[in-house]
Amino acid sequence: MSEGLTWTVYDANTMTQAEIYGEVLCMLGEKYSNIVGLSADLANSTKIGKFGKKFPERFFNVGIAEQNLFGISAGLAKAGFIPFVSTMAVFTALRAAEQVRTDICYQNLNCKIIATHAGTSFGTAGTTHHCTEDIAIMRSFSNMTVIVPADGIETANAIKACVEYQGPVYIRIGRGFEPNHYQNEDYGFKIGKAVEIQDGTDITIICCGSTVFHAAQAAKILKEDDGLSVRVLNIHTIKPIDTESIIKAIKETRRIVTFEDHNIIGGLGTAVADIIAESGKGCAFTKVGIPDCFAEIGYPEDLCNYYKIDTDGIIEKVREVMGKEFEQDDEDWEDEV
Amino acid sequence: MTITADEIKQLKEKAWQIRKDIIDVTFWAGGAHIGGGLSMVEILTILYFKYLNINPSAPEFEDRDRFILSKGHGGVGLACVLARKGYFDFELLKDFNKFKSPFGIHLDCRKVKGVDASTGSLGHGLSMAVGLSLGARLKKKNWFTYCLLGDGECNEGSVWEAAMSASHFKLTNLIAIVDRNKLMIDGATEDVMGIEPFSDKWKAFGWIVKEINGHDFKAISDAIDYAKNEKDKPVIIIADTIKGKGVDFMESQVKWHYGGLDSDLLIKAKQSVDKAYGRD
Repeated sequence: MSEGLTWTVYDANTMTQAEIYGEVLCMLGEKYSNIVGLSADLANSTKIGKFGKKFPERFFNVGIAEQNLFGISAGLAKAGFIPFVSTMAVFTALRAAEQVRTDICYQNLNCKIIATHAGTSFGTAGTTHHCTEDIAIMRSFSNMTVIVPADGIETANAIKACVEYQGPVYIRIGRGFEPNHYQNEDYGFKIGKAVEIQDGTDITIICCGSTVFHAAQAAKILKEDDGLSVRVLNIHTIKPIDTESIIKAIKETRRIVTFEDHNIIGGLGTAVADIIAESGKGCAFTKVGIPDCFAEIGYPEDLCNYYKIDTDGIIEKVREVMGKEFEQDDEDWEDEV
Repeated sequence: MTITADEIKQLKEKAWQIRKDIIDVTFWAGGAHIGGGLSMVEILTILYFKYLNINPSAPEFEDRDRFILSKGHGGVGLACVLARKGYFDFELLKDFNKFKSPFGIHLDCRKVKGVDASTGSLGHGLSMAVGLSLGARLKKKNWFTYCLLGDGECNEGSVWEAAMSASHFKLTNLIAIVDRNKLMIDGATEDVMGIEPFSDKWKAFGWIVKEINGHDFKAISDAIDYAKNEKDKPVIIIADTIKGKGVDFMESQVKWHYGGLDSDLLIKAKQSVDKAYGRD
């Protein structure tokens, strides 16, 4: 964490993830004269425009041209700058995927991509503006680090951490109406390390981004109403993923459910599934997310409810998994292969 | 710095050597983009042996000029030039395309000294050059960024995104050159996807255009001198070239966009180059 900076200028309860990002970047810009900002006609929507207003000479708006946006940021990184690049997630991960992969990741350049409006957070805009594929795409790019902050406070932590983290980083945030989970930033955020929101022994909910709030709420209700001991892991870094915490959850809870605002193919759930499969250990497992379809149109809260990635949906899924027959009292679990 | 007759003589000597190098490496590699490698020999030769402020002993020194080969498939040509400039031993190019070689068809800046950007996917180089040019301006550095594009490559929309931004940002520390050899893999540029009126397109995008003979050192030199002194708009040099230049059976032949050579063709190709330079 950077020294000498205070992080109290923002009010997490009234500011969106993107607004907090804009503020934090402005503060970092004071300390790091080699930070530059770039956007493609979305300076205001992504809030990187705050940095642009404060440091106009260090901000480049390239117009509606995302391929050029990422190519230019690669060039600036080559010249020794730390480019922070922001546009909507769908235009980053899809429109300019090759520039991100070839210009930035292949050359292992120090670009920080903060992609907004991810998942179904701009649900009313329809499929062209939904982005439920970006985690799958970005985590398949070698050298790329992929972070999905839970809320504004975690976004601030991720932005601070990525400045001193060498190499390309993709930070995925929403449109700005997601519920907040954290109230202050001192909870031990570290890139690549999961945060245990709550310990538990019956089942583990693994979540990221906007589902963290809902998972935490669900765990409380499941404790009160069902007497369940639910572990909640916030896997904010999808890559490199915290394998250790997941293996520990497999061993200690034997039931895992993943929740994410992303296609169930290729995202957090798939990353966790890989670890379960490679562990060689039995485990009840369900992935919840957008079920390999282009999501319906609607407000994010309605879509999350529909796809069961809100509090009620998570509760329902946990109960479903708990109801499944599962050999959970095997004393010799270690002998399984 | 007007080019002298003596400089031109020395550059011709280098170009003769590099053309034969490209033929050798294509032979060793089993195949390479030899046509487009040969068409840009004069452009690369004059950049590396007259203009670029670079140092093979300190390939990363900050104030160096940058060069981005946006037509990344010309890697075989750039590799030969870098070897003759002293970045690495020419003999290392015997491993071109071999298992775990640092040298593949498209050069990797993390594996080959002297390469400023990994290119190969077309239409990416000019954007990176724009970023480097903005970076130089921001750092108040005087180095230039040169970017060599292929003409077929200019079908890519991203080239025009980059072109638009270079003029918008008034980048006069960026010098773009197009190797206008008029052929792409599937045929003539004007048959596959016409790009004419090419100069007018760049002018419309806010650039100053210099159209020259891309095999004429004096013409290239004059155009670069002009570009280096321009203080208002970015300059693009459209260099009219011949694909496969110097090898009679390859010149303007689309089938030599990419090709390999057997021992007989290797000898014939080199003889042809010698003949073209009056050294037979």
